[in-house]
Amino acid sequence: MGHTDNQMKAALSADEQALLDTFLEENSLFYGPDPAIMRDHHIGPRTEVEDALLNSELDPHALNLVRGRLHAALDETYDMVEQMGTAPGAKWGDLVTAVYTATGDLSSISPKGVVVFSGVCHYPLKFIAKYWAHDPTVGLREGDGFIHNDSRYGNIHNTDQSMIMPVFHEGEVICWVSSTIHEGENGACEPGGMPAAAESKWDEGLKMPPFRIVENNQVRRDLLTFLQNSVRDPKLQYEDVKVKLHACLRLIERIRSVIAEYGKENLIACLRKNIEDVDVEVRRRIREMPDGTVRTHAFIDGTLRENVLIKYNLTVTVKGEHMILDVRGSSPEFTNRSINTTLASLKTCIATAYLLYIWPDLPHNMACFSAVEVLSDENSLLDSSFDAPNCMSLIPLFKSFTLPTIALAKFMYSCPTRYTAIYSSHFNQPYTFIYGGVTQHGEVTGNFCADINGNGGGARENRDGEHAVAPCFGYMCDTGEQELIEEELPVLRLVAQHLTKDRVGFGKYRGGLGYEQLITSRDAGFWGFMTGGTGSLHPSAYGLFGGYASPVYTLCKIREVNVFDTLKTDPRSFKFDLVELMNEQAIPGAKYGAYDMGMTFEPVQEGEVYMICQGAGAGYGDVLDRDPNLVIRDLEEDLISHETARALYHVVYDTDSLVLDVEATRAARAAERESRKRRGKPFDEFVAEWVRPEPPEDLPYYGSWDDPTRIYAGQGAGRVVMQRGAVQGVMMPNPKDVRIAELEAQLAAATAGRG
Amino acid sequence: MKIPMTEYLAIDLDREMWECRCCGHVIQSARENYKKGLLVYDRNPREIHKPLLDTTKYQRSFAPDPAWCALLEYYCPSCGTLVETEYTVPGHPPLHDMEFDIDALRAQWKDRPAPASVEIPDDDERIRKLRETHAH
Ligand SMILES: [Zn+2]
Repeated sequence: MGHTDNQMKAALSADEQALLDTFLEENSLFYGPDPAIMRDHHIGPRTEVEDALLNSELDPHALNLVRGRLHAALDETYDMVEQMGTAPGAKWGDLVTAVYTATGDLSSISPKGVVVFSGVCHYPLKFIAKYWAHDPTVGLREGDGFIHNDSRYGNIHNTDQSMIMPVFHEGEVICWVSSTIHEGENGACEPGGMPAAAESKWDEGLKMPPFRIVENNQVRRDLLTFLQNSVRDPKLQYEDVKVKLHACLRLIERIRSVIAEYGKENLIACLRKNIEDVDVEVRRRIREMPDGTVRTHAFIDGTLRENVLIKYNLTVTVKGEHMILDVRGSSPEFTNRSINTTLASLKTCIATAYLLYIWPDLPHNMACFSAVEVLSDENSLLDSSFDAPNCMSLIPLFKSFTLPTIALAKFMYSCPTRYTAIYSSHFNQPYTFIYGGVTQHGEVTGNFCADINGNGGGARENRDGEHAVAPCFGYMCDTGEQELIEEELPVLRLVAQHLTKDRVGFGKYRGGLGYEQLITSRDAGFWGFMTGGTGSLHPSAYGLFGGYASPVYTLCKIREVNVFDTLKTDPRSFKFDLVELMNEQAIPGAKYGAYDMGMTFEPVQEGEVYMICQGAGAGYGDVLDRDPNLVIRDLEEDLISHETARALYHVVYDTDSLVLDVEATRAARAAERESRKRRGKPFDEFVAEWVRPEPPEDLPYYGSWDDPTRIYAGQGAGRVVMQRGAVQGVMMPNPKDVRIAELEAQLAAATAGRG
Repeated sequence: MKIPMTEYLAIDLDREMWECRCCGHVIQSARENYKKGLLVYDRNPREIHKPLLDTTKYQRSFAPDPAWCALLEYYCPSCGTLVETEYTVPGHPPLHDMEFDIDALRAQWKDRPAPASVEIPDDDERIRKLRETHAH
């Protein structure tokens, strides 16, 4: 390429060259995501106006009042969307509204909002400013609104849709506002917007780069019709575009009143100062940490289509006020699986982890991450290419909320100031039911249940985790009202929010429990469920400082039976408990099965039962340090079994009265400490006999082993090794072909020798 | 001066050694991997995360698969405290998870008062105080 360019340059006169440059500039074939925007997560430089203002005498009292007014407006618009939104995600808090500086840096979000949603909007916003604002066929005017959902232009996944609007004052853009909802349905190959079955970006449904759908504060009906025509739920698409627009319009109205009352100078200064203050404070906090390196990793046990071991590598280095997050050595991207993530989405989720679990006292904007650098391998799971599908990016992204938390805990423990209690891992997989079909009202729909918001919290250094408290990506989201859901959907919950006994990360402080839910379908035209989570072979949320991880989880089904008949004829045979139901197998003729947590869309007959758990948080500290009285309380609350109390916590008590025997407990724990010393081996001796030079040959392994520059992919004779700088996507075989080959081999073996 | 680095580990800056915070046992040079001075046990993860479903009926049972998940437990050789757990893949080299710059650490603590018990912001307490401030 370079050679040809040089030859051409040599042959062109200055005028010709200028003509060529102008032609190329004006005639882009396609405006894809711009790496200059997408790979830069730092706050931009001050504008001249901002610089002049921040170098002038500012009235801190006025700035504080402006900040308060903006927060009130963001809170108000959050409530508007929550009250009016149609998407289940909107009703239960998976949304945000936000305000940005004139150059597009996120300055503030609604106090209750989900940080990650607005933490990605500055990418499409900067794209609009760079490409559309000056394009004669598009432009940027007062009253314009841009819709967007493609994560390659900046988003978490394409089920979230945003409305982005410029705010004009005296003919110039003074700031921007946005409103984002997890919408769900987006016309993908499976209903509900998160298709585990997607094998290419073309299977993922709507892929909207930012485009103008609103002119003069009105939704353009032709474009809205195109969007409605592209998804399963035209009502959802219609209503929520309008809901997001009106939230933006209300924000703009409030901003205008701020300008009228305090002047545009105070608004501009406040928006910029929000960001700079956080950046300065973050650098100060990094300087408080010890210099050094902390290494951690996590293993994901599947692609949602097959079981494979996928490494997420994370090394954090701190030196002075610099922090580097190095995720190199992680798995290559999967060319035909949907669990890849773009680098921008990854960074936004890690930044959110900082705001939720590390420095929750900071104002919520992206400056919390501006001082941090990220190193990644291109074409990897965590920095996937333009062509890689990414609609189930939540699989690695959810780990991005907890892995940095674990790493940073080791930097923060020695710091003289705590900004929050040291936190173990929140549960970190998107367990919920995704559904699709025709409702009892004859409407076609597809979406997800808000139970994704019911994850157990991690244990802290001073207390147990909270049960089913929040999703790992937010803190004010709810799990939904079943009665409201049943009015709209043909989905019935036979058991809801039944805490998952014995399924939690144990420790000195235990994680918060998740809950079991048993659901079925009734009065549907056609109906089906899917689930999209990993962590069925290898635990998902790891513990801290001796604490244990969350357990692994199993999707359970009772099929080929109508449980409503059973409830009519023999109600006693139906136990309202997942474990009892599965172990007793009391319903005659039913087919019981236990599976991985990832299930592609599956049609369901009325009365068939599907059962999952919300995951539990991880533990903190040594189980033998747990206050025996807390163990007794867990027994009283039926959170653990006697077996767990005795075999794991080594607590001695009377089984009937639950009266603690303090002395016997002390002796039992001392005995366990002695037996640990007997069974433990010196480190060097252990390493010499246990460690292997490469991943076990029969294990489908993706990612580095001990050397992060050597990346493995696959198993057996098919395994390849890639070097850093030359990572390539991996194409997986169709699981059905794999199964057919297995069965054919069995058949051949069985019939061999029969002639 | 002894700097607490985790729930169970401190670095003694004078001796440049990792120490157990429970029993004071001197573990390993602070310039090396602290794990080298601990005992390791390859725990079957199913002993901690027990199968809840009948394993004669189901392959999946809420218990990890030992071929896919190893659980290393690190014990203090003196007091038997479970200093750290490491969930990994069978045969994967244990992580050198904490490698601090001891000279920088010493310089950092030169002007700081000796570590006392750190005040942990108690969320309930903070919310109570906030409510009081807003009440008047
Ligand atoms: Zn000890």
